[in-house]
Amino acid sequence: MREQHRADEADRRRRTTDGGVAAETADPGQPDPVEVFPEGEFDLRPGADDCYKCTTCETSCPVAEVDESFPGPKFQGPEQWRLKRKDEIEIDPSITECSNCLRCDTSCPSGVGLAQMHNTARGEYVDNQLPTLSIKYVRNRILANYRTSARLASVFPRTANFVMNFGPVRWAMEKVLHVPSERDFPEFATQTFREWWAERGGAQVSNPDKRVAYFHGCYANYNTTEVAKAMVRVYEHFGYEILVPPQKCSGTPMFANGMLDDARRHAVTNVENLVEAIEEGADVIASCTSCSMALRNEYPELFDIDGIETVAENTFDALEYLRINEDLQGAIQDATVSGEFAEAFAYHAPCHARNQGLDRQAIELFRDLDGVQIEDVGDSCSGISGTYGWKEEKYETSMEIGAEMFEHMEAAEGTTGMTECPTCGMQMEHGTGYDVHHPLEVLEAALVE
Amino acid sequence: MAIESDVLVVGGGLAGVTSAIAAAREGADVRLLAHKKSTLRQASGLIDGLGYVPPRTPQQEHADYISQQRQDFRDVRGERGDYRGPLQTPYEGIDALPDAHPYSILGADALRDGLALFDDLVGDTYLGSHTERNALVPTFGGAVKPTARYPRAVAAGLASDERPMLLVGFRSLTEFDAGMVADQLSAAGVLFDVRGVEVPFAESFPTDTKITRFVKAFDHDERIEGTPARRALAEAVEAYVDDAERVGFPAVLGDDNAAAVRADLGDCLGADVFEIPMGPPSIPGLRLEDRLFEALDAEGVRLETGVPAVGYESAGGTVESVIVDRMGSDVPYAADAVVLATGGLVGKGLDSDRDGIREPVFGCHVPHPEDRYDWFVDDAFGDQPYARFGVRPDASMRPLDADGEPAFANLFAAGAVVGGADAAREKSASGVSLATGVVAGRNAAIASRERTERAGASP
Repeated sequence: MREQHRADEADRRRRTTDGGVAAETADPGQPDPVEVFPEGEFDLRPGADDCYKCTTCETSCPVAEVDESFPGPKFQGPEQWRLKRKDEIEIDPSITECSNCLRCDTSCPSGVGLAQMHNTARGEYVDNQLPTLSIKYVRNRILANYRTSARLASVFPRTANFVMNFGPVRWAMEKVLHVPSERDFPEFATQTFREWWAERGGAQVSNPDKRVAYFHGCYANYNTTEVAKAMVRVYEHFGYEILVPPQKCSGTPMFANGMLDDARRHAVTNVENLVEAIEEGADVIASCTSCSMALRNEYPELFDIDGIETVAENTFDALEYLRINEDLQGAIQDATVSGEFAEAFAYHAPCHARNQGLDRQAIELFRDLDGVQIEDVGDSCSGISGTYGWKEEKYETSMEIGAEMFEHMEAAEGTTGMTECPTCGMQMEHGTGYDVHHPLEVLEAALVE
Repeated sequence: MAIESDVLVVGGGLAGVTSAIAAAREGADVRLLAHKKSTLRQASGLIDGLGYVPPRTPQQEHADYISQQRQDFRDVRGERGDYRGPLQTPYEGIDALPDAHPYSILGADALRDGLALFDDLVGDTYLGSHTERNALVPTFGGAVKPTARYPRAVAAGLASDERPMLLVGFRSLTEFDAGMVADQLSAAGVLFDVRGVEVPFAESFPTDTKITRFVKAFDHDERIEGTPARRALAEAVEAYVDDAERVGFPAVLGDDNAAAVRADLGDCLGADVFEIPMGPPSIPGLRLEDRLFEALDAEGVRLETGVPAVGYESAGGTVESVIVDRMGSDVPYAADAVVLATGGLVGKGLDSDRDGIREPVFGCHVPHPEDRYDWFVDDAFGDQPYARFGVRPDASMRPLDADGEPAFANLFAAGAVVGGADAAREKSASGVSLATGVVAGRNAAIASRERTERAGASP
């Protein structure tokens, strides 16, 4: 007879709030909770009180390590929150120097909601202190709404690929929008993943007992469609029926730029469609670790939308889900890779993968795979942090943070990179010139004919 | 179930790493779970065995404890018996410890084994294994701390060395007051001349610059206001060296390249360069953590960080799996044996509120007085009962239930989650982690092997 014991949920300290943006009543049957704090404000008090200033977050911050003027996560979180309690003190502009890697949040031994605190402070700063007519606001809004630009570009992908990396255009972008000309714009696929999915007639496997809903996000749809296709083939190989629900941006670039209204709008669509898929028996799978991070962590922390907890609890990273539910290790031990992916890989774990406890899975999986070598390039941050490294004034910091990863990649035996995060991949390519692949592509090469 | 191991270790600090490697060396397939960053980055990076012991018999101790309760701390302080020490060797004090102390339960050999395993893992980055005697290391409070092993970086600073010493601080690093440390050391009667000086270095850095910023600057020898960091510091210190044969700095001198930083500074200054371990965040602690995690990798231990253990499944007094909260979904991790190394009150392996003290993952029995006013005494530096709170183990490191029986056949405990030691006063934190870790890890591997054999024997 097996018994199950689980620690009290109350320890988990997650406070669902809906500060700054319109609230919806989660359950009309429930009485309204007593408002201890002014309406619409995030209740960050428990987090601030839990901080005992052990400085663990500060040692985890990649920005503080290269920029002496950055006051660090302990200031941005609990200290700033306390400072602001009494007087009309504005958010310190240094909040925009935070790259949103969220390592502080994961490292905190006291469970302080540092991610929530940073996101909230950034939202407040952008709402109240960043003029909407400023070039920075406009540029950040464009960067944050990558999906909008990507959708336009994918209508004429070849033209977009030419124009976006055309010298004079980039010169003008740097001058007007402060987008650094050093970076190469990602290439747009000539056929989006969703177009491909429709063309192949959707799911090839039908299985009411094993169903997943794929949250591909923007990048695997418009740019690295090979990752999305690999996900489909690997999951169908394991007998899963795949749903591809309608979806928008996960919100990560919007949180990172303090555009919480935009993020919420997209979240409403995502939650609605993903809840529907979950009701059909599916779990939600993401291949981009920042997308899964947003759905699992930021969503329930930042928004009060009906069903948002359900989405958070039923979302998984694509590799993680197979590790939990299939004998992935066994399948890998019997497999061999030859051809394009029979490589020595230098693997970088994205911060947002680290935050979900995923940082070792590719290493431990692929070191048992014949034909493939894999080496962890260490725990340094890549430095690009999504849109952060795409800002002219942050470019240098971004490259200084990334320097350690570049060094370790060069010291590694392999000359092909591997990571789950699209923008970490851009940075790895930018710093070393290596091609970069996603673990799902290697898994496909190992397991699918 | 897809995630399985012979031995599952819960906790990624010194005790967790030690038990994982001890189990792996017994041939077990080991997985280690570490939820948050461990308390290594708050510890000094020194590996203490035992530095001080209580001066009293248990009866006296109890009488003192009663007399300390609910009194004005100024009265209590006068009555407080000082701990005996610093001890010449950690082993000489073990007989004087209370019966419930892990060293009393396990004996001196467990500490010897733990230190031997540690020596093997850290190689030549740590010193002290050539003798059983404690080394005396100056701290950033100006005290001298007895410790069993110490990082190479502090070697030239030992208090047993009689060469004249210069200590150096800089304005932008407010945590370290070189003059105060030098005065304290002199007042403590060290047998060498020691001076402290604050030099202008990295003046462009604000006073709240993070420690890691200095570390990075030294590690990569970055230019600060045009001059490479190492040279800039050496130039600022040069004029003060005088007859000092060794120069000590706060422990911020680089990370991966720390040895090169010390060597460069030493060459410029014509003296041995050493570090004084600092409070949190502790760079020597971080360096040790890196080294230990590399060792885990080299020993083939599987590693998962960032996700907490929140419960367990059991059958007939045996733990079958540990439930891991993977971002909101509960995933069982099956294991033949489990080591609980989640830390003490600081590391959150023990949880407390007004109603009691708990071990939250397995609900192991934590003996403590019912009235919470009996958990502490008013004298902040007195014999605090809470310091010794923790699970009570048997000699194989299985936590015992309230009746004194093992709570589970295959659960073992290591490190600060184990009660009985007042690590801060005794200077025994690392030694307790190593001794309990080695015993718990080994026994977990044996328990796993026995379970497998039993399963193989029955049809």
